[in-house]
Amino acid sequence: MIAEAGLAALWFAAMLAALQLALSLGAGGVEGRGLAAIRAVAIGQAVLTLAAFAALIALFVRSDMSVALVAENSHSEKPLLYRIAGAWGNHEGSMLLWVSVLALAGVAVALLERRLDARTLGATLGAQAALALGFFAFLLLASNPFARLDPAPLDGQGLNPLLQDPGLAFHPPTLYLGYVGLSVAFSLAVAALLSDEVGPALARAMRPWVLGAWIFLTLGITAGSYWAYYELGWGGWWFWDPVENASLMPWLAATALLHSVSVMANRGGLRAWTMMLALIAFSMSMVGTFLVRSGILTSVHAFAVDPQRGTFILALLALYVGGALALFAWRIGTVREGAPFDPVSREGALVANNLLLSVILGITFVGTLYPLAAEALTGDKLSVGPPYFNAAAGPIALILAALLLFAPQLRWRHDRRPLWPRLAPGALTAATALLATLLLAPQMALLPRLGLALGIGLVPASLLPLLSRSLRRTPLATFGMVIAHFGVAVALIGMASDSAFTEQKLVAARPGDTIEVGPWLVELRAIMPVAGPNWTALEADLRASRGGGVETLRPQSRSFTAPPTVTSESAIATLWNGQLYTVLGESAGDGRWQLRLWWKPFVTLIWLGGVLIALGGALALGGRAWLSRRRRLARAEADEAFA
Amino acid sequence: MRRAIFFVPLGLLLLFLGAVGWRLANPPDTRIVSHLVGRPLPVFMLPAALPGRDGVSARADGPRLVNFFASWCVPCIGEAPLLGRLKDEGVAIDGIAVRDRPEDIARFLARYGDPYRAIGADGDSRAQMLLGSSGVPETYVVDRRGIIRLHHVGPVEAADLTELRSALAAAR
Repeated sequence: MIAEAGLAALWFAAMLAALQLALSLGAGGVEGRGLAAIRAVAIGQAVLTLAAFAALIALFVRSDMSVALVAENSHSEKPLLYRIAGAWGNHEGSMLLWVSVLALAGVAVALLERRLDARTLGATLGAQAALALGFFAFLLLASNPFARLDPAPLDGQGLNPLLQDPGLAFHPPTLYLGYVGLSVAFSLAVAALLSDEVGPALARAMRPWVLGAWIFLTLGITAGSYWAYYELGWGGWWFWDPVENASLMPWLAATALLHSVSVMANRGGLRAWTMMLALIAFSMSMVGTFLVRSGILTSVHAFAVDPQRGTFILALLALYVGGALALFAWRIGTVREGAPFDPVSREGALVANNLLLSVILGITFVGTLYPLAAEALTGDKLSVGPPYFNAAAGPIALILAALLLFAPQLRWRHDRRPLWPRLAPGALTAATALLATLLLAPQMALLPRLGLALGIGLVPASLLPLLSRSLRRTPLATFGMVIAHFGVAVALIGMASDSAFTEQKLVAARPGDTIEVGPWLVELRAIMPVAGPNWTALEADLRASRGGGVETLRPQSRSFTAPPTVTSESAIATLWNGQLYTVLGESAGDGRWQLRLWWKPFVTLIWLGGVLIALGGALALGGRAWLSRRRRLARAEADEAFA
Repeated sequence: MRRAIFFVPLGLLLLFLGAVGWRLANPPDTRIVSHLVGRPLPVFMLPAALPGRDGVSARADGPRLVNFFASWCVPCIGEAPLLGRLKDEGVAIDGIAVRDRPEDIARFLARYGDPYRAIGADGDSRAQMLLGSSGVPETYVVDRRGIIRLHHVGPVEAADLTELRSALAAAR
């Protein structure tokens, strides 16, 4: 019954999406009337979609094996957390999560957006409903999560053990909030192009939505990177896998959009460019979804290899992105440009930021799809990996970091003051750091060396915008910017340090043996069997010592029964200055065991930086929301005083 | 000129749609051709998975199908009636139960039918690895001299029956 109720809720939600679209095509979009009705429909749609999602989770929790999706992806012996998270650890369930987030984003716009004129808001909600309708159709016609299985199997197949990790509970929902949250910027841009309202007011309305989605996207990518790092047991944190790139591309577009929308909101400039980025960012989310769902590129994430579903999403993508870009090409020529500015100004620096981010986006896009294009044109099979991406995107990212040394301190419009006093603190620190690496670590490769120097230079440079201000009167949004840029510095130092100073050992060791890695002496004390709720494992007892400090690590080689799979569970000791990363491999047969050991100095800074970047975004969002609320209250009071 | 630039994103989208549309129309060749086809079965000997039944070994034993299955495997349910049909046509099918328990196997066979002449228990997947199989279900056609003629990965579907039958006919 739960499955049928969930399916019915989905059908009704789809009908409400159709109604919402019809309402805004009629009175809502053209005249700006009927907004109250559209709002009510959007609320109903979100409630029904969330009810369907809750129904799916209930089926997974109850281990109802008569539902095909549960039987194929769950097992009654699985711990509760993974029974819940298993609901979105598969194609159909994650598409339902996608649609739920889309409905949530729609209802959030309907209820919270107060800055827009009624016509643009009506058109925005119409565009949002059109997006939802397509994805409802995909879910109901090609990916029904509630299909029954008759006869029901005795028990389920279980969830891929790599997914049986707390990471699954947080990474996909966070990432989807970001991916799908960008749909609001897309709908706003479509609505503004339709209603000819492309101006600073629209940018001010768009900014918090972009910021919110971008915060979640940043957190989702950071969490996914750390999950892959400890769960796969390969010791790396970014593999340039097509699906990683699929999440990086919307992030790059959203980061560029975040900066350009601020130019448009403050100075009225970059209108056409900002509208294009708003369309591109969510388009990249859809491209990402398509790449994951169609199985068109080989990847660790490509779990639904189904050309028919791929064709369906491709058709949706062609319709939405093609329609939006055609609208853009047709209407944007009439948009007035904003105030002019000098090359050396905050606008100029933000244009440079946008161009560089777009180049990195282009590099990632080309690298991800190049194997496909090459095979289509010449028939050659090839793959593009880290050597291309690092060599092509790395230098651009470093130029971007160098720009960050002084750009946030520039003034709007034109800046005639001498640059050097503002550039000096960061540049001198970076130069000193460069000199120090040349003396102390002459073997470093060029990219990590420059990355480390720039990262260290950015630590003081990112704080400089606060220097000439009274801290108590500085808006929260400025603190947010400073913290996010400080996070960039922290992450850059972590990345450079990890690629330059990591030490790795692969050995076959007997209990009693001691292995040296970096500053550590690691003793393999014993190998013993242990058991968990749905797995058994061999566990190594490692004692790592360095000077006075002693750490105990227990990496496991885990055997899951449903489905039968062996995974390696790495054990990681986190210290203030790095991580000791250990993996237990196979038995060599003669009483020796494969052990992989890494010493990774300051690697944690990568994810700490990611979290700081998101935190900066959250501060900016909170600060602006508080400010606009205060302004609104003040205005209301002023109105009352006059009345 | 200024207008033309605004069509660039649309053009890029069309290029993207062209490339991935081509791939959807021409899916990559992912068929797995086993290196064991044409070679004799690797030597293995499995005890009976159920009391009162025969075990399975690599000994040459007339033309037959060797089918890896498990009671915990959902696609195995799908292929069970098709294996039953082959059995009714007189095909000898030897089952190998992978990482399974006797009581679960008995329940599985009682529920979905029992097409097997003999059932071996491969408790640690060792026979499965020997035969280069990476999952369940997988099916091998073995000829009367014990040489592997066909390796079918994934569940047997109605469309696969012709290929299996002709391989079995050639195996006689």
